[in-house]
Order: sequence, then C-alpha cells, then structure tokens
Amino acid sequence: MIENKVGRLIPEEVNGRKLIPFKGAFDHIPDGEIKRRIPPPAKQKEKKLLKNIREAIEKCGIKDGAHISFHHHLRDGDYVVNMVMEEIANMGIKDIVLFPTALFPVHQPLVELIEKGVIRRIEGSMNGPVGYACSTGKIKDTCVLRSHGGRVRAVKAGEIKIDCAFIAASAADQYGNATGTFGKSRFGPLGFSLVDSEFADKVVVITDNLVDYPCHPSTIKSTYVDYVVEVDSIGDPEKIVSGTTRITRSPTRLQIAKYAVQFLDEVGVIRDGFSFQTGAGGISLAATKFIGDILKERNIRADFVLGGVTGLIVDLLKEGYVKVLLDGQLFDEAACDSLLNDPNHIEVSVEESYDIHSKGCIANYLDVAFLGATEVDLDFNVNVNTHSDGLLLHGIGGHQDAAAGAGITMITIPSYRNRLPVLREKVTTVTTPGETIDVIVTELGIAINPRREDLIEKTKGSKLPIMKIEELYSKLMKITGKPEEPELGERIIAIIDYRDGTTIDVVREVRE
Amino acid sequence: MKDRIRRSRLYIPGNNPSIMQNIAVFGADTVILDLEDAVAPPEKDAARILVKYCLENVDFGRTERGVRINPLNTPFGKKDLDMVLSSNVELIFLPKTESAEDVKELCSLIGDREIWISPIIETAKGVLNAYEIASADPRVVMLCFGAEDFTRDIGAERTREGKELFWARSMIVMGAKAAGIQASDTVFSDINDMDGLIQETRFAKSLGFDGKGLIHPSQIEPVHMVFSPTQEEIEYARKVVDALREAEEKGLGVIALGRKMIDRPVAERAKRILKIAEELGLLEVNDD
Repeated sequence: MIENKVGRLIPEEVNGRKLIPFKGAFDHIPDGEIKRRIPPPAKQKEKKLLKNIREAIEKCGIKDGAHISFHHHLRDGDYVVNMVMEEIANMGIKDIVLFPTALFPVHQPLVELIEKGVIRRIEGSMNGPVGYACSTGKIKDTCVLRSHGGRVRAVKAGEIKIDCAFIAASAADQYGNATGTFGKSRFGPLGFSLVDSEFADKVVVITDNLVDYPCHPSTIKSTYVDYVVEVDSIGDPEKIVSGTTRITRSPTRLQIAKYAVQFLDEVGVIRDGFSFQTGAGGISLAATKFIGDILKERNIRADFVLGGVTGLIVDLLKEGYVKVLLDGQLFDEAACDSLLNDPNHIEVSVEESYDIHSKGCIANYLDVAFLGATEVDLDFNVNVNTHSDGLLLHGIGGHQDAAAGAGITMITIPSYRNRLPVLREKVTTVTTPGETIDVIVTELGIAINPRREDLIEKTKGSKLPIMKIEELYSKLMKITGKPEEPELGERIIAIIDYRDGTTIDVVREVRE
Repeated sequence: MKDRIRRSRLYIPGNNPSIMQNIAVFGADTVILDLEDAVAPPEKDAARILVKYCLENVDFGRTERGVRINPLNTPFGKKDLDMVLSSNVELIFLPKTESAEDVKELCSLIGDREIWISPIIETAKGVLNAYEIASADPRVVMLCFGAEDFTRDIGAERTREGKELFWARSMIVMGAKAAGIQASDTVFSDINDMDGLIQETRFAKSLGFDGKGLIHPSQIEPVHMVFSPTQEEIEYARKVVDALREAEEKGLGVIALGRKMIDRPVAERAKRILKIAEELGLLEVNDD
C-alpha cells in the first residue's frame, strides 16, 4: 500500500493492473499513444441488420471474460442492459467485465448475474442495488469507478479494452447511423457512447425505431457500427425522461441556492458573457433560476451553459439570456424538444466536455460549476460515492471533471441529512480532491478554500455567513454531535480512480 | 425591544421540528411558534413540550422568539402560558382577542415579567375594539390581523382582491397607530404566487402596516423587500433630518427642504426610516 497525495492508502495492483497513486489534480503526465484497431475493408451495402440480440452476441464473438459496454442515457427506464446481459447469461457465457457509463435501480437483475458468476467485475458507476451488492462483497473482482471524463480517457489510453459496445438508440438506420433525439423512446444526446463506438472492437446499435437511411441527425456514425438489431422497446419513456424536473421547495435548500448565487454575484462572476454548469438536482435547479432572475433583471446574457439540461435552462435559451446550451444529457421533454429544434442547443460528447488528456475541454472554460456531495471534509475533499455508513451507492458522474475545470467550483449541500453531518473531519471516501473545490455552501454558513485568497479578499465585508471551515464544522457539531465511524471490513471492493487515471481512494467492504 | 423591526412574523407549526431547527437560517424578524391552529387537539401536549425545547436550544439568530398560545378560554391556553412563562420567550401572540379585558387577563397571568404581547384580531368585535385592545397595556407592541377567521365571522367570502377586508385592515392600523404601536397584516396563503404576495404586501404597507404574517420561509425575502426603506426613501429621509438639524441649530421654527416646508410628522417619519435603515445595515458607510 502506498499513501497518495490526499493521504489515502492505495494498493499496488488490482485485477492485474498496476495502480498509480493520485499525485495532484494536474500532476500526472501521461505517456503513450492513442491506438485503435483498423477494421477490414467495407463493401457495397454490407448487411448489418441482424435478427435479434442473440445473433449479435454470436457474430461479435463474445466469450467468457469479455468486456462489454453500455451507456446510461435511458437512465432508470433502460431495458437494454438487462436484455443483453440476460441473453449472455442464457448462452452460458460467464466472467463478463461490465463497463457501463452508469447503472440504475432498474438494473437490479444484474445482482443475480453477479451471484451466478456471469459478471465478474464492473468498471463504471453503480447507483442503488448493484452498488449495494458490490459493497457487501458479492462481486468477484475489485470494481473500478471513474468519472465520465476519466472513463473516456481510460478508453483512449487503452487502459480498458472494449470487446463489444451495445448502444441503445431511439432511432437508427440499417447501417448503424444512430441518435437519441427522436423516436418513441427518445432521450436526447448520445454523447456517452461516442468514445465506445470509436474504440470498441465490435459495435452493436440496438433500436426500437428503424428508420430509412440515412438517419439524421445522428451522433453515432455507420463508419463505426458493425451490426444493428431492432427490438420492440429499448426502455420505458416515462422513466427515461421524467415529465417535470422541479425546483426544490425546501426552505433550507432554497436558502443554500440563494447564498450560492449571492456569493457569485458578490465576487463579480455573474456578468455578461459568463458560463456555468448545472444539473437536475433541486439546489442546482434553484440556483439556475436565481441566476436567470439576475440575467433578466440586468438584461445580460450568459455565453454558454453546460448541462444536465432541463426546461428551466431551455427557457433561458429561448428568452435570449443564454446564448448556447451545451448538452451532455437532458432530463425532461422540454429539453428534448429544444435539442431537436433549436440550433443553439448543441449536443456534446463526454470527451469534449470532460477529458483531461485532451487539448482543452468545456469544463475548463466554465466560470462556475454547482456540484453536490454526500460528504465534505475539513480539507475540502469531497465524497460523492459512499454514504457515511460506507455503502457504495453512487457514481462519480462528471464531479471530478467539472470541479477541476471550473473557475469556481461550489459544493451546495445541506449541512446535515437525517441527523448525520455532511461536513466531516475526514470524508469516508475521497472522490474529488479538495484542491479542486473552492467554496462549500450550506444553510449554516459558507466556507471558502484558503487557497482561494482572491475569493476571500473579494468577499471581505460581505453580509453572507462566510466563515472558516473549522468554524462551520464546530457549528454543525453543536447540532448533530460527532457520529460513530462505520465498521468496515478489510477487503477492498472498489477503487476510485481520478480523472487522470491515478487512484485517489479505495472502498472497503461493509459488513451486512 | 418594544419597537424593534417586525416586517415579518413567520408562522412555524409547533409540531414541526425540522423547520424549527433552521429558524436562524431563514432570518425572519419574528417567528410565531404556533400552538393554536397549526396543532390538532390530540397533539397539543407534545407540541407544547417541543416548543419549550425549541425555545431553549435552537439558535434564533436575530429572530424574535414568539409563541402563539391557545385562547385562554380553551383547555389548552393556560397550560401553554405556564410553559411559555418558564421559557425565554420574547413575544406572546394572543389569538382571537376581542377586548381590552382579554389582554388584561393575559397581563395579570404574566405578572411583572417583561414579555411583549401581540393580540391577533380576527373577529368583528375585535376589529371594533382595536384601539382599546392596542392601548390595554404598555406591553402590547403590535396588533395583528387574521383575515381567515374574520371573513368567516362577518359572513363574507374571502376574495383575492380583499375588498371585504379593507375596512378592518384600516381599523386595525388606526387602533395600533393611535396607541403608538405596530400593525401587522394577515397572511398570504398561496406560497407559489410571489407576485401576488408582493402586490398584497405593497398594499398593506400603503395602508400603514409595518409587517405581514407569513406561512412559508420563501415569503420572507419579498416581504422584507417591500417593508425595507428604498435607497431613495433613505436619501430623502437623510435630507429631511439634515434640514431639521439645521433649523434647530439656527433656531428656526420652520423646517424647509429646498423651497418645501417640512411638517413635524414628516420629520418624525424620516427619523424612523433612518433608524430602520441603520438597524438593517442599509446605510452606506461614508469613508470621509
């Protein structure tokens, strides 16, 4: 075990891969080159359309131990992961390494496949029941969690080889041009799968809406697609795109959003031409609304917003208070309509948004990012993966990427949840290093990272409840008291990779 | 403090601990921990205990500690009062106050303790007796209006535009002001309609009210905005006060601002605005 830059002990090797301990957000310089296999010569009207998923699995030559990838654009409405994995299990294939961009509660059936040995490891975000199975030691190998940007980087660097990528699409043609922007199961952008399509050995598009060639618009191009399969349904539209995403009505959460926006205004960030990243969480939606109010009041315009796009942001685009929306994933019907119809609502890939080993990504051009956390500590380190009881229940998402990129990274969180303090002496798991976090905003007070002397200087004399993080911590302890630490086992069930491919922390088994 | 700023009186149900814990965060001028309408009879005892612990343990920040007890002629009123008197409460809200006797009964039970009283007027009789209620005891600091019960009492329909309340609102303001105390308007119950809230609050301010009842923390900011002096008002008040000082220095009986005469009440109002502005930290600090 080697101690890394944030003081966590990292094993030398997992699953046969040598680990590099985290060195600092921008301190690991990679070497090597980006390579991919050259496909055989393409011929006139090659037949790509197959009968069913089983035929695709056979033609792709999926064997024991294969690395299989999926995207999570269908979120909790997804049918495709379960369909494909069930077929793989029926064919008696085992020891699959699953490489999804994220998993959701709908993927509960995977737990049984894990127990049967069909799946030996997951490298990807795990939300809900699969995360719980991982935490309680049911998965054979050590799982690997990466940020969205880190996942793209790992694929490009050849750190993980994808044998076969299954890409769900709400519309596709028989040669594999595919999109998520229209069709009964539409979900918007398909950017999470772009890197998989380019680097996987075999690529299968699965759609419930086969359209005449050429499918337009299309994110995934036929040049990368081996096979196309038509199925009855790729997902439950009600759960893919929720009808409404609502601003929080909790007074404390509204207060947090208000503090956050007021802080940004006081440091002079909210001005003509600024940019920010937002999501669908209650607090960040509220912050977006308050920013919108300021833009309208002063009649100024944001240059771009990177989403997590919702109807709220779409309205700002329509009204001219935001020039361009850059959309990695969207959350409601209004956003779906806008992406399809508004030329200033632009689909972006994860590589463009978040890849550290690129020559610049959108995150780096953000003035502000609003992010959440399950825990934050006195060093400003953030945990988004585990709960305070040690259970691994969430993925990283773009957290590390946006935090490292944005000019001001704000963690907007209630100071305690269900009587447990969110601010800790040490977080249970370090997901995102404190050096990339600038401000913690809670309803009890605001703490600025001492590194950001500029922000401290600009907010001198502010009426906002700005205090040292230690002060915020002791204020909180008076309310919640100090909770007991969870009892964890010895076994490392997952590692948390930083976006540059180094390892920032490990997650240990929780005793059931 | 008797005449502290009371722009907002935020109702918090006496049986809702998750809201109580954030009182300082919300920043209302006054909170009313409500033991009356918000709490069903079987829960009265539990709520009373909870409110006691809230008063003793929760950080109130700059917010004034108020409790609405049950009317003294109910089985709960006296028990509520016993609890309140053993706590650090600052202001007691007395619901359904109809006469000076109601206030005097409460005062005799409070004894010598320095606790402020705010009668809530929500019946026709109470409205007619507004002045005698307001002047019943020096500890009465504010009259509040409760429109829901009032409209029921007079047999009128509660409407959005509120014509049925106009006379009662004015009567309450008159009663309060004649006694030299504050007046606080009824609650606005649609928490999703901020524009409506602002409109109604502006109207209340124009009638002479000093504050308004709130049922949700999100209503605090707009109501505070309406009841806080604007920069223009502060600027004007400054000029008036300067002119007043100049007149006094020169021994002039008449105060003039430019070519306009300033009456005494205008000067008093200007002083009040500057005092509020100072308390709210709205006065710009002059470096020179």
